[in-house]
Amino acid sequence: MLKDITLGQYFPIESFLHKLDPRTKILIFILDIVIIFMAQTAVSYAVLIGFTFLLMLISRVPVKMYIKGLKPILYIIIFTAILNLFLTDGRDLPVFGYSIGITVEGAIVAVKMAVRLVLLIIASSALTYTTSPMALTDGIEKLLKPLSRIGFPSHELAMMMSIAIKFVPTLIEETDKIIKAQKARGASFDTGSIFKRAKALIPMLVPLFISAFRRADDLAIAMESRCYTGGDGRTRLREIKFTRTDLIGALAFLVIFAGVIAIDIVF
Amino acid sequence: MLKAEKLFYSYDNGEKKIEAVLDNLNLNIKKGEFVAVLGHNGCGKSTLAKHFNGLLTPLGGNVYVSGINTKDEDKIWEIRRQVGMVFQNPDNQIVANVVEEDVAFAPENLGIPSAEIRQRVDEALKTVDMYHYRKHAPHLLSGGQKQRVAIAGAIAMRPECIVMDEPTAMLDPMGRAEVMETILKLKARENMTVVLITHYMDEAAQADRVIVMDDGHIVIDDVPRKVFSQVELLKSLGLDVPQVTELAYELNSSGIEIDYDVLTVTECADKIMDYVRSVKSGN
Ligand SMILES: Nc1ncnc2c1ncn2[C@@H]1O[C@H](COP(=O)(O)OP(=O)(O)O)[C@@H](O)[C@H]1O
Ligand SMILES: [Mg+2]
Repeated sequence: MLKDITLGQYFPIESFLHKLDPRTKILIFILDIVIIFMAQTAVSYAVLIGFTFLLMLISRVPVKMYIKGLKPILYIIIFTAILNLFLTDGRDLPVFGYSIGITVEGAIVAVKMAVRLVLLIIASSALTYTTSPMALTDGIEKLLKPLSRIGFPSHELAMMMSIAIKFVPTLIEETDKIIKAQKARGASFDTGSIFKRAKALIPMLVPLFISAFRRADDLAIAMESRCYTGGDGRTRLREIKFTRTDLIGALAFLVIFAGVIAIDIVF
Repeated sequence: MLKAEKLFYSYDNGEKKIEAVLDNLNLNIKKGEFVAVLGHNGCGKSTLAKHFNGLLTPLGGNVYVSGINTKDEDKIWEIRRQVGMVFQNPDNQIVANVVEEDVAFAPENLGIPSAEIRQRVDEALKTVDMYHYRKHAPHLLSGGQKQRVAIAGAIAMRPECIVMDEPTAMLDPMGRAEVMETILKLKARENMTVVLITHYMDEAAQADRVIVMDDGHIVIDDVPRKVFSQVELLKSLGLDVPQVTELAYELNSSGIEIDYDVLTVTECADKIMDYVRSVKSGN
């Protein structure tokens, strides 16, 4: 059950998006988020939806993978939509002639938020499906590099992220094992009051934490044995490079984004 | 290659009185030697291993790696490059989420140019027979495969020596066989110096030299054949002997006198056959 959790799952195929420098993709992604939240008019949303379809198309990742990525947050989307529907002040929107507390403004906000969230998730899926975790953390490290001059630990942050990602499957497997072991001893995690259930988690969390600290200790020794001294003077097996493809890609995306902003200003 | 002189070490656990973990230990391991280290739990094997690449520095005496004193802080990275380490738990020593990225970790740390890292990674993965899995995620591999990736990660530094601390302790019999095969290959092909800490007597029997430790001392230091023939001493130290040696020993104690410096099944079978023949011809 826990094994079904997907996190930043890389889909190793060849596509235009796969070939782009991770830095280009990260920057486009950030820009995309900003634009998604800035967009106001229906036309600009239409353009953004078109853009998202384009992303899915050129990533060559099967559409069902994107749908799978949306599933876990479906409830959040529905929940926010309902909240917006009822809690926004404005003109009353009667349903079949009855007033049930829904407002016109609420309906607009609800749709807007739902579209925004879906676009956001698809964009982030497109990023993680087409970029290996290693390339992603490398990209983040390189992008934050200028900040390291003022003491920001860009390399350490990237290294921590990549190690955290690496240990996710190991720790999930371990959690599964501990749960089974505790269940075999009669522990129950899914009955009783919320308070009881929370308490039942303690015998699961304690061994998990202890083992995680042991692993961290072992890993530190193993890394030191392999001459790890931090980011200085470190080279990479695959240096990331900003190529002509990146320039073309970045320009194309910028044109689309500029279009959205222009549409918003004009309308 | 590796040399310990009057090595003394103890862990500082606060107020408790200092108890020596390694006590006046002398050891000299030559280039190309395959040395197995035996000893019951807590006798200081891991502590000794950590002295060989400067993870720990002696509180008394000295440790030398290719003539460099491990106390020399300027040379610590050269020492670590020369002595590759492989630890017990394969999950806790793999850093990256792709096999080849992990093998590249040490060369990357050493600041080697990309093209040469590529070359070293491919070479190391071929040596441990994991080249085919270079793009795989480590957590989906078997224990033996993970441990071979860890060995590749160490040899990608082009070390002079590999120190392994119970690399097979968490593996199934098949994984153990894979790791042993890799060790023997490294020794035969690259003339690698290997220090193997183990609990498995059949693994130690394949070494050139076996060292038996007890409470921070070296008690026996000899070729496997001579070491394992001292069955009573080994048992008193809480250790086993290889199964065939045990068999020969038990036969002896029930009055069937055959040599018990045997290490392999074939040898033991031959000795028993010889005995049977001699009894027959005697009658
Ligand atoms: N980090 C540590 N702090 C304190 N004591 C330790 C530490 N590591 C090991 N010891 C103690 O040192 C002794 C030798 O340990 P170790 O070298 O791990 O033995 P082995 O590997 O032969 O089982 C044991 O008594 C152990 O309890
Ligand atoms: Mg140990």
